[in-house]
Amino acid sequence: MEHKTELDNQGYIQRSLLDKKEFTFKGFFLQWEWMLVIILIAVMIINATLSPYFLNYPSLRDGTMTFLDKAFIVFPMAMIMILRDIDISVGSTVALSSVVMATMYNSLGVPMELAVVICLVVGALCGLINGLLIIKFKELSAVIITLGTMILYRGIAYVILEDQASGNFPEWFGFFGWGYVYGTPFVLILFICVAIVFGVILHKSTFGREIFAIGKNPTASRFSGVKVDRIKVIVFVLAGLMAGVTALFLTSRMGSTRPNVANMYELDVIAMAALGGVSTAGGKGKIIGTVIAVFIIGYLQYGLGLINIPAQTLLIVVGALLIFAVALPKVRLPKIFRKK
Amino acid sequence: MPENIIPNATQVDAQIVKTSKLASLYKFRELGLLAFIIILAIAVQLRNSSFLSGENINDMITNTAILSILALGMMIVLITRGIDLSIASVIALSGMITAQIVSANQNLNPILVILLGIVIGMVAGFINGFLVSKVGLLPIIATLATMNIFRGITYKISGGEWVSSYQMPESFVSIATGKTFGINNLIVIAIVIYLIFFYFINHTRTGRQIYAVGSNPESARVSGIKENRILMLVYTIMGGLAGLSGVLWVSKFASAQGDTASGYEMTVIAACILGGVSIAGGAGKISGVILGAILIGILNNALPLLNVSPFWQNAIQGAIILFAVIMNTLVKRGVDRNNLMRRKI
Repeated sequence: MEHKTELDNQGYIQRSLLDKKEFTFKGFFLQWEWMLVIILIAVMIINATLSPYFLNYPSLRDGTMTFLDKAFIVFPMAMIMILRDIDISVGSTVALSSVVMATMYNSLGVPMELAVVICLVVGALCGLINGLLIIKFKELSAVIITLGTMILYRGIAYVILEDQASGNFPEWFGFFGWGYVYGTPFVLILFICVAIVFGVILHKSTFGREIFAIGKNPTASRFSGVKVDRIKVIVFVLAGLMAGVTALFLTSRMGSTRPNVANMYELDVIAMAALGGVSTAGGKGKIIGTVIAVFIIGYLQYGLGLINIPAQTLLIVVGALLIFAVALPKVRLPKIFRKK
Repeated sequence: MPENIIPNATQVDAQIVKTSKLASLYKFRELGLLAFIIILAIAVQLRNSSFLSGENINDMITNTAILSILALGMMIVLITRGIDLSIASVIALSGMITAQIVSANQNLNPILVILLGIVIGMVAGFINGFLVSKVGLLPIIATLATMNIFRGITYKISGGEWVSSYQMPESFVSIATGKTFGINNLIVIAIVIYLIFFYFINHTRTGRQIYAVGSNPESARVSGIKENRILMLVYTIMGGLAGLSGVLWVSKFASAQGDTASGYEMTVIAACILGGVSIAGGAGKISGVILGAILIGILNNALPLLNVSPFWQNAIQGAIILFAVIMNTLVKRGVDRNNLMRRKI
């Protein structure tokens, strides 16, 4: 948003707040998302030169199955970060909903269809608890609350399943992780659908505008009638729900679950959102950026995995990429490259 | 003129002093936490009488020493509105490097080893500080990235191997197990660091500037405080403490692995938060951090003593951390309301 100052016909200065920036080609191409596209292309080129098995359609298609499960959480996490909060309990929420689902099916004889629904409900419930605690105790930041619930949810998962693994799901459940629809992985299709839904919610709906308003200035938005508390709770419930979705895909892909699954997922998700241009200082971020960031990190890991680079080296590469990507716009570039 | 307006100045003074003393008690922000710790300790003692025995208390403090050292560093980072997620990786890195060096040179002086660990940590911390202050990255993002990087380097250096106790010389292991003046070395080191920190934070100009930067960066900058330098210093100190803790950790558990202390940063942050350090910056006291670390130490020590199944311990810890933080908030709210009511208008 920017101010436009002009004189009206009586000579008074008129200030109007433009809701949208005027479209210019320079502004369009100097967006962060283009930088991400360049990085993605670079990752593709590097991978293709390193491994002959990387750059073909089946490989690229099936590669998405290995990293897209946790990517569902990136969208609500982006919303939470735009709200200036953070949720570090999502990994534990994934573990808890997965464990509850497996226990419901294997020990309590609940039909699998119902157990899947329960998995989503448990995720949403965890998010609801986070959200309610955060709005009830405003002195405590979201980091504190979700740090507590992170330990708590993971702990409950351990209480339920102890050190056992739980599997033996019915055949059709594998569809989530390994199924194809018209030759495209189901997880990829669903991911794109979810991305579109979240993109519309965040960028085209009143709800989304209100999220940005809160992120820019919580006090001002409260005074202008934005229901800050309600929006926060809804967004945290969304994060829990998406953690439930992630639990479904993860459990389906692995075929069984343990209380220690999805360890440190929260940090992966935050890294993806940050790389995608979402600022933890709030008020900034786009869904398209997070989508590209998901594919950058995902394909980087998948491609380097193809040539047997150990996971430990990947840690260094992903960390360096994160610093590089986030630091790049801060470095003083020649004027024409500078981010607007 | 004054005599006419304030007839009995001494009386008024006395009254002010009296109320302010009472108020200072109320102002002790960790009151709720202290009460909670006492109640918890009594409850555990009733269930298992060996809890408050001298031996167990000694054990408990020894096991909490490393946590409390780290919590101090994390406190000053949090005060400057930052956060450091990379400390567990720095612990692993410094622990792994020093362990490999001592296993190669068996008769290295332990003091030298400790200094080496501190230097490694300070370099790592300096990188964090550089990224945060000079490059201008958000602390959570910068340290998230370096967390991955340092952990990856640790794995690389270790080559997937452990350094186990039989490869370590006696002098190295005795850093953590030995005693000075009849007190375990870890406790001595923690106390020394606490004393230095107490002086540094409360009585030096730089120490006060840390608070100034945290509570209001703009006015700190305007009043001539070099914010970048303070940030750099804070992260370097945090790194140094993490490096020191790495040596102590490896010496205490007599093994260095790639995944040493994985996830420990959350425990340290939890201790700080329990101790009333504000994530929003500017607030945090050493007394609070000690209490926070002690509470976590009690939880770690008491649950096994009560024969709680290990699978329950995580959940109970999480619930108690949440409960303690919330109770502390409620007590603070009550205290604030009280203070407001007593304020003369």
